[in-house]
Amino acid sequence: MPTDGVKSVVRFEHVSVSFGGTSALKDLSFEVPEGEARIILGAASSGKTVLLKTAIGLVRPDSGSVYLLGKDITRMAEREMFEVRSQVGMLFQESALFDSLTIEENVAYPLLNHKAIRCPAEDVERRVKEALHFVELDQTLARFPSELSGGMRRRAAIARAVVTGPPLLLYDSPTAGLDPITAHTIMALVIKERDLSNTTTLIVTHRYQDGLLMANFRYNPDNGQLVPARENGHRPQLRTKFIVMREGRLVFEGTELELEAVNDPYISKFRKQGGG
Amino acid sequence: MPGFLVRIILAIQDFYLLAGAALRNVFRGPHYSDDIILQMDSIGVGSLLIVVLVGFFTGATMTMQLARALAQWGQQGQVGTAVAITLVRELGPALTALLVAGRNSSGIASELGSMKVTEQIDAMRALGTDPIQKLVTPRLIATCVTLPLLTIIADFVGLFGGYLIAANLVDVPGSVYWSTAWRSLVWMDVAQGLLKPFVFAFVVSLIGCYYGLRATGGTQGVGRATTQAVVMASVLIFVLTVFLTRIFTSHLVSSS
Repeated sequence: MPTDGVKSVVRFEHVSVSFGGTSALKDLSFEVPEGEARIILGAASSGKTVLLKTAIGLVRPDSGSVYLLGKDITRMAEREMFEVRSQVGMLFQESALFDSLTIEENVAYPLLNHKAIRCPAEDVERRVKEALHFVELDQTLARFPSELSGGMRRRAAIARAVVTGPPLLLYDSPTAGLDPITAHTIMALVIKERDLSNTTTLIVTHRYQDGLLMANFRYNPDNGQLVPARENGHRPQLRTKFIVMREGRLVFEGTELELEAVNDPYISKFRKQGGG
Repeated sequence: MPGFLVRIILAIQDFYLLAGAALRNVFRGPHYSDDIILQMDSIGVGSLLIVVLVGFFTGATMTMQLARALAQWGQQGQVGTAVAITLVRELGPALTALLVAGRNSSGIASELGSMKVTEQIDAMRALGTDPIQKLVTPRLIATCVTLPLLTIIADFVGLFGGYLIAANLVDVPGSVYWSTAWRSLVWMDVAQGLLKPFVFAFVVSLIGCYYGLRATGGTQGVGRATTQAVVMASVLIFVLTVFLTRIFTSHLVSSS
């Protein structure tokens, strides 16, 4: 049950998932209160992507319960689930933009197809332009995803995820396969969205520095840059926690300071990666 | 081998679930009419040239072979009958379905397979669309409409190819060819000639969608799905031809 009167946006209770006999998540329990962020670290095939897909109901758990925005989606019918999903934005690993649609049509897709959103037709264009302006891709409306670079596709996909103004955003490896500068741009967008819209955020990543940025920086709307968030003597890192996954199990959950204090070789491996 | 059998049974179950969902969606909204028209263009208009070419040359070849065989009994004049019955009952539907399977089952499997492995199918679900409603049902409807039409065209072009050969190479007068061809056909021939492509349309579209939607493992998986779809659709077309022909011939025997 939610604790301290704070609403939990995502809650897993003893969730296990398997595919064809191979177990992907094992007895996973955690919750994310409103307005907080979780950085999910883990080696390849440790179940990070499956975790995100289970959270939004794309993958069904074999056992346990999943609550999304206060609703039990564990056994919810696919058609009913669309309403809950309309309040979640998701960035997929390879962007997953629709090849046959232009960037404008891609970003407009959730506005036009989510029944629960009911965006008036005359508002669609304006909101699409706003979302593309947010990710600084104003000039790409009529272009197709195949004409954009990897970083631009990732940004267009972020625009598609945030265009509906969802209270929860799930990012699957937003910086994977990008050069350090583009990766920083993408993380800056993630932080900008968190700070401007106060969204709850789940990020799957294998880069510890992405988590450090989330935990220690805030978006400064005056100059559009990321600035250290410790000026007032407190850090937002209490609202940003790290989850470490290993072979489908949650092996660590805690703040940056707690993570730095852990001596377990598997967990500290991610820390070293970030330092190097 | 129990594991092997279990996989086959699970695959058949998955296929029936997909077919059931796709059919159910025909009768409930939302309907994506743009996608249906787009698919009709791709499957119907796109296959027209190859269907016309293959139909023409099949009719021409059959006329040459059958005229030679019939000449042994001095029945060359009946070549129109033989060509019409074979084309309308069997070869027209089967060949057209095979061509469309080669062209579109593979096309559908590779398109949906690519979408599956790049998470576009998941994205579609996350963005409020049922992939079966948006991708499978339009392809099913489009194939069910266009395959019978393509078959009719293939039948006519085949008969025309036969006519050119009969009139120019075999010395059967054109009027004799057409009148024997026309008189040999009964309503039941036309009925089975149109029912078969309708059944094949389910196979061609749903097998393509089924293998596409269960593709895994990157581009290699897409290639595998494409091959499997064409092979399975082609085999099923032949198997179903036997069953459907048996149903129709037994009906003819019992009614005569």
